[in-house]
Amino acid sequence: MTQSIAPNAAPRETPCSRALAAGKVPSFQDIILTLSDYWARQGCVILQPYDTEVGAGTLHPATTLRALGPKPWRAAYVQPSRRPKDGRYGENPNRLGHYYQYQVILKPNPPNLQELYLNSLYEIGIDPTLHDIRFVEDDWENPTVGAWGLGWEIWCDGMEVSQFTYFQQVGGLDCKPVSGELTYGLERLAMYVQGVENVYDLDFNGLGVSYGDVFLENERQQSTFNFEESDPAMLKRWFEDAERMCTHLRDKRLPLPAFDWALKCSHLFNLLDARGVVSPTERQSFIARVRDQAKGCAVLWAETQAPAQEQVV
Amino acid sequence: MPQFLLELFSEEIPARMQKRAAEDLKKLLMDALSKAGFLPGGMETFSAPRRLVAVVEGLPERTADVREERKGPKVDAPAQAIEGFLRGAGLTDINQARVVSDPKKGDFYVADLVKPGRATPDALAEIVPDIIRNFPWPKSMRWGEGTLRWVRPLHRLLAVFDGEIVPFDVDGIAASNISEGHRFHGTGTFEVKDFEDYEAKLSAAHVVLDRDQRKAQIKADAQTLCHARNLELIDDEGLLEEVCGLVDEPHVIMGDMDPSFLDLPPEVIRLTLRVNQKYFVVRDPKTGGLAPHFIIVSNVKATDGGKKIALGNARVLAARLNDARYFWDLDRKASLESRVPKLDTLVFHEKLGSVGDKVRRIVALAGEIAPLVGADVAAAKHAALLAKADLTTEMVGEFPELQGVMGRYYQLHEAVLPRATGEGDPAQQGGGGTPPSVGSADSSPASQGSTRVRANTIIADAIRDHYKPVGPSDQVPSEPVAMAVALADKLDTLTGFFAIGEKPTGSGDPYALRRAALGVIRIVREAGVRFVLAEKTTANGLLDFILERLRVSLRDEGFAPDVLEAAFAIPDDDIVRIVARVTALAKVLKTEDGANLVAGLKRGANILRAEEKKDGAAAQGTVSDALLAVPAEQGLHQALVAAESQMDQALATEAFDTAMSALAGLRGPVDLFFEGVLVNDADAAIRQNRLALLVKLRTVSERVADFSKLAGG
Repeated sequence: MTQSIAPNAAPRETPCSRALAAGKVPSFQDIILTLSDYWARQGCVILQPYDTEVGAGTLHPATTLRALGPKPWRAAYVQPSRRPKDGRYGENPNRLGHYYQYQVILKPNPPNLQELYLNSLYEIGIDPTLHDIRFVEDDWENPTVGAWGLGWEIWCDGMEVSQFTYFQQVGGLDCKPVSGELTYGLERLAMYVQGVENVYDLDFNGLGVSYGDVFLENERQQSTFNFEESDPAMLKRWFEDAERMCTHLRDKRLPLPAFDWALKCSHLFNLLDARGVVSPTERQSFIARVRDQAKGCAVLWAETQAPAQEQVV
Repeated sequence: MPQFLLELFSEEIPARMQKRAAEDLKKLLMDALSKAGFLPGGMETFSAPRRLVAVVEGLPERTADVREERKGPKVDAPAQAIEGFLRGAGLTDINQARVVSDPKKGDFYVADLVKPGRATPDALAEIVPDIIRNFPWPKSMRWGEGTLRWVRPLHRLLAVFDGEIVPFDVDGIAASNISEGHRFHGTGTFEVKDFEDYEAKLSAAHVVLDRDQRKAQIKADAQTLCHARNLELIDDEGLLEEVCGLVDEPHVIMGDMDPSFLDLPPEVIRLTLRVNQKYFVVRDPKTGGLAPHFIIVSNVKATDGGKKIALGNARVLAARLNDARYFWDLDRKASLESRVPKLDTLVFHEKLGSVGDKVRRIVALAGEIAPLVGADVAAAKHAALLAKADLTTEMVGEFPELQGVMGRYYQLHEAVLPRATGEGDPAQQGGGGTPPSVGSADSSPASQGSTRVRANTIIADAIRDHYKPVGPSDQVPSEPVAMAVALADKLDTLTGFFAIGEKPTGSGDPYALRRAALGVIRIVREAGVRFVLAEKTTANGLLDFILERLRVSLRDEGFAPDVLEAAFAIPDDDIVRIVARVTALAKVLKTEDGANLVAGLKRGANILRAEEKKDGAAAQGTVSDALLAVPAEQGLHQALVAAESQMDQALATEAFDTAMSALAGLRGPVDLFFEGVLVNDADAAIRQNRLALLVKLRTVSERVADFSKLAGG
């Protein structure tokens, strides 16, 4: 253990450290609680999941929208990600249609963000003198919200455990200052820490409840819905309604509720896509429609943040 | 002489950019130094995951003074001109200038300007920030609240000249003499005096600065680990280049793979290891196949000797290979043939329709080409139909580079299923994922079964090989069915993109059309395929494009440009014949007769040109025996008639060597003709007849090449 790894790793009791001290592996929720404890110490507001379906934690307005504008911002939260197409009826040990991401945004990014991140791994029980932790180039892009950044995927012994991004643009607008964004794949990380091969075998709470107890039935039923029972005609209708609502709210200069409806468009499209009813040409057009709405919201939000901010769209 | 040491310390630089960055730094620094008047004694640059480094040897303490004479106006010039001169030269009084006398121009002023040399650190303090601000990263970014761009956040600048910090600052990052070592094994920051000190301290802090040294270390350690277990490392230069950019200090570890994964196609295992995990693959020399182990290059020297790292990586690999196995099993549930309709939903190119459309075109074309290459028409059409079907498989979705390779495996799998191709409902059969053994439910006699297996293997190989050759070092398909499909696929691609005007340009060839054209050429040449290229290349400009590629590749093989020019002047679109002609021409030109004949032919051509100019009309007419007055011209005529008939016979069988020899045989009569005959005879009829003789000489020679294009002679 060198100086640079844990400069401010003052001995502090966390759910993970308690489990490790007791010779046990940290539970799934120990990891979540410890990450929250850690990032709270770094000045983050600890938010709860956003209450609209999203495909990635980045789409939480606390990240997508707050990355714009000049005001400093630090937040951390767990976000369920819904990816209907990835559902496997609970039969695949690694793939889920619903899973958790732990999301951190620090704006502006502090100069020691890499060290802060490595310390967080240390706190959940990953010792960098026993494991091979690497920063492997990975540029991040989310065309749906006109966002991109440069960074890495973080490998721990060959497994990608996090995504580390310096946001450069959101909604086609330059991020000034730049935010640092961290995304932890919680299930993967926990499987790694616990040495578990099947996600459903994860120890959820250290008291006998497994991840499967909590989510297996959900995966089965949601997969059945996503692939077999959803009503494409209804989804298309709803998509169009949500799109109209979003346009209307943007006209009224209400970027926050408008963004909710853009997110709904995105999720409705994902449901249609999972149902296999979107042709390649239609697909392009759906994606473009969601992108126009989401980008529009981001641009509008940026205007409310800093009327003077230069627009590069 | 003093030394300058520069380190640009940042967060992890993408591995693929490091080597180039070190080269760019060297060039930029060298250019800037020489522009500032330095002649560095030597420079080396280095790249490691978190740093770019340059060390410049043999710099002076200051740059030399630069002296310049500036000419001014004449001494009697108006005051305004003199004032302007003073201002421009930075003088305060005209007495500071000299007066020079010139016999023609008279007396005029000259100012002796001295641009004093600068202290080297001052020059460096200007040069380095400029290089940093304009560094040509393929992609760069901002961070925090700053505006500086670098590939990843730049944290520290170490700049030491002759032991002292070079004072400058780039967007708030002040130059220092401080560096640090390995992220996990280093012990904080340290001060640096010079390069020797720097390298020693870095090495103690677990950073191997020199990438070649890191590479050599990885290779040697990996080989040692393999030898210890009687295994062989499979070399992979590309991976080595990448991996040495991911580690400051390489620690090589061997991991174990569940041997049951070895029933997956080796290409799949290799790609999973290499692309997804950046592991080296290991071979078992006893079996010649892959061994159930892999080589990890770790950035840390783990306190447990790497046990946890090996285990962790093995688990990740197992999950990856399980995914691959899932794809493998799933893909084999549907035959390639049953997948063909799905190709209609895959876009090939916006203007050229779907992959399904392309497949229908290739099927037709392969059917036409098959007889030309000696392939069975039905087999070629069937292989073409299936050639692209693996694009719809999960495995190719995951690893696009396995296109063709997977198609072959999936087609081979068909042979072990109890069905003939195209029979029954494919989705219903082989559904269990574990195929029955060969012929288990096959009612046909064993011999027919094995014929079917062989025929299927030809189709399967053609599915894989129709992409060949994928590069200059790749082989061309050798089996006729594969050749037919490969030619059809490439010609269709070329025709399509030429038809929509997407031709390669000097700067770009996004659809790899040069490669496709070269593929056509190589297959045709190696197989000796005879066909009228013009019929298969009706798109505008395509025939010329292919012929130009042929000419370029022949030049690369060593044929002289003028020889190619001479041979290509004969209109032809048969690649095999063109190559035979070029080869024969080059060969005959190496003979004494051939080389000398060129001189004679040229002389004849020149005379013709001159006389035709004089007459204002092309020389023509037939040679009249009666008008042949001199033995030398009679001799040439007889020789020409004989050579012509020999050439007729030879050319009818494309015996270009024979034709060329016949032509070269004219050397003697041609020489005698020019020694003993004056073309420009006073008698117009004789002159005309001699010109007609020269026309005949030209016409005969032009049956094999345009000799006027040849150099020398």
